Amino acid sequence: MSCGTSEPASTPESSNRDADTEQAILEENEFDADFIPYSENIPETSEAIELVPVAGGTFTMIDEDTGKRHEVAVDSFWIGKFEVTWDQYNLFAQGDLNELRQDFYKVMYDVDIEMEADAMSSPSLTDEVLDMLREADVPADVISKPSPAYSDMTSGMGTDGFPAISMTHYAAHMFTKWLTIKTGEFYRLPTEAEWEYACRAGSNDNYSAPSDSELENQAWHRGNSNRKYQLVESKEPNTLGIYNMLGNVTEWTLDQYKEDYIGELQGAPAQNPWFKPEELYPRTVRGGSWTESAEEASCLQRRGSQPNWKMNDPQLPKSLWWHTNAPFVGFRVVKPKDQPEDLEEMEEYWIEAMQDYF
Amino acid sequence: MKRTTLAAGGGLLFSSLPVSASAYAGANDTLNVAVVGCGGRGTGAANQALTADEGVKIVALADAFRDRLDDCYNTLNERWGETGRLDIPEERKFTGFDAYKHATELADVVILATPPGFRPLHFEEAVNQGKHIFMEKPVAVDAAGVRRVLAAGRIAKQKKLNVIVGLQRHYQQNYLEALNRVQNGEMGDITGGSVYWNSAGVWVRERQPDMTEMEYQMRNWYYFNWLCGDHILEQHIHNIDVANWFIGEYPETAQGMGGREVRTGKDHGQIFDHHFVEFTYPGGAVISSQCRHQPDTFSRVEEHLRGTYGTIELDQGGKALMKDRNGVLLYDHNSMNDPNPYQQEHDDLFAAIRNGNVIDDTENGAKATLSAIMGRLATYSGQVITWDQAINSQEDIVPDNLDWDVEPPVLPDENGNYPVPVPGVYQPV
Repeated sequence: MSCGTSEPASTPESSNRDADTEQAILEENEFDADFIPYSENIPETSEAIELVPVAGGTFTMIDEDTGKRHEVAVDSFWIGKFEVTWDQYNLFAQGDLNELRQDFYKVMYDVDIEMEADAMSSPSLTDEVLDMLREADVPADVISKPSPAYSDMTSGMGTDGFPAISMTHYAAHMFTKWLTIKTGEFYRLPTEAEWEYACRAGSNDNYSAPSDSELENQAWHRGNSNRKYQLVESKEPNTLGIYNMLGNVTEWTLDQYKEDYIGELQGAPAQNPWFKPEELYPRTVRGGSWTESAEEASCLQRRGSQPNWKMNDPQLPKSLWWHTNAPFVGFRVVKPKDQPEDLEEMEEYWIEAMQDYF
Repeated sequence: MKRTTLAAGGGLLFSSLPVSASAYAGANDTLNVAVVGCGGRGTGAANQALTADEGVKIVALADAFRDRLDDCYNTLNERWGETGRLDIPEERKFTGFDAYKHATELADVVILATPPGFRPLHFEEAVNQGKHIFMEKPVAVDAAGVRRVLAAGRIAKQKKLNVIVGLQRHYQQNYLEALNRVQNGEMGDITGGSVYWNSAGVWVRERQPDMTEMEYQMRNWYYFNWLCGDHILEQHIHNIDVANWFIGEYPETAQGMGGREVRTGKDHGQIFDHHFVEFTYPGGAVISSQCRHQPDTFSRVEEHLRGTYGTIELDQGGKALMKDRNGVLLYDHNSMNDPNPYQQEHDDLFAAIRNGNVIDDTENGAKATLSAIMGRLATYSGQVITWDQAINSQEDIVPDNLDWDVEPPVLPDENGNYPVPVPGVYQPV
């Protein structure tokens, strides 16, 4: 597939945006005119993903509990200015599986799959299609979309402009594949290191928890959110111009959760660290949320997903797609500045579906 | 049950006594469980039974379809295969419409988790054979079925059988705590409220070229009333049940409106995509009940009740939020460490069997079912439906002697569309 950089689209003015910050970003990237905020339109829809550039660098990751520190280097990337909204997520979740599969195999593998709609809308592929994919040496189970949830996954909190929630890590990951197909640009979830780097926005050596006024201005938490999530474009952004990293919804990252993350880092500095998930649980979410206390609204806040996030899923195996009991979990996307050179490099980031028998 | 208790049984360990003889199992007996209806929910319930009690073995599976049965077996095998607690040789895998009978015979406890149209038949059989029962909601799809369940329930009571109905909010901590507070008068008498199951809708299984009409309807059962009873019954029963439970009464009348605006395709059978019903209770409380299956509309699955002194909001996510009439917080439930209500149902069931206690959810399960059916009769007809009318309704939409070559009770017209009830025209019988 082609992974060239799109033409930067117009960036909507943000009244909250600090003009000096904008200038600082531009200066830092003065040799790279393409590495600026832009808006990635999702073709054939009225939706766009707003992106903020984060220039790579080194910073010190800190384990609050043990005091361990480790220097980490991350490459440049764009990150979603906002959490992914239901408006965006539902384009994927409620889209046509038939079309998605055809587009995916065409774009990624240059394999044309044409078949009867009946066969394609089935959750599992027919033998005929499986044979075709096998012949072309194409993996069969690399693209899918959420099944309809049995219940309401918004917890009655609204959809228009609000963050998508309650999706599994696999579902959030699959959204990024869908977005990759739609836009022709490689998207994925942020690694823990990227997430924290973007959240800290320049406080690279040390980190101090947000002050009371920063909390009030930037974070939705249990104490101020009136028991519900809020619009993704609300409160003030951090100094890079990114909204709601501290709170609103806690956000999926690309990593398996390691209790002793800092202790497991290797290299000085650790280069683009990422613990690829090999187990279904726990996987890492970062930042606070509307259900969590103000103390948890921090760039260092991290926790692992748990089986009881599907407590109200009475079936077995449990849903690949929905966490019935995690109305606090959402995500934002990342687009690496250096796009993968080929499909194989991209496949390194793909995460396998794992059935949930817990 | 703890392993130490089992070990103490010595030579009697896992002796398989015929439970049905006394309806009482000693602490050390194996409890043989049969799963009737092997979809995701039946499989989940089997998993919960195995988790609840170390003496449980799954000994038989029954489903209309072999592929669903195999999925169930393979899933259970993933989780429990190495424990020796799945004892399901080929000859105890039963398929077809009479599979339930054979599986029930082999069990001490049955899990009834087929589409609800079959429940009265399967429940009667289990009661007649003296088995303890976990059955999913709703327990019938029409008044004839409700009456059968109530009648069989009376026999179950005489036989001291445990019957748990999968209205799991009754086993969920935030609901129980809230009920306690309501019954203590903390928000006064309940005068009304609103209950909701508004969502985008559920799965659709499209017709495949090689399917007979019966197979198609059985696969895509959600959209046919003789199998499902419409979503006001199949899902929204939970919320109507909560209103009944907290008010402490069953509705006296129902009137409402509904139809289908969005979900109108051939694969959407005959059910509505929205219902709005006003239930009036004997003590005067009025509950608005709304349920909707339409994507991209406001979604909410909750129960909001008003009392003379305050209000409460409840949901399955663990919310129980009680305020006085000035909006001052009276109670905010913290559900962080609450047990899983689906697991609790089975923990309670097997503990009761072990201890010789009896849990009997049948009557409430049947009357909650009838309440939702009453709502459906009201929205389909556009008339006021009384409780007496509903319970005496002659509607009997599930055929006897079902088999693959029996014609389903509803058939498509020449264009492939199914008849949809029309308010003002539909006559409740």
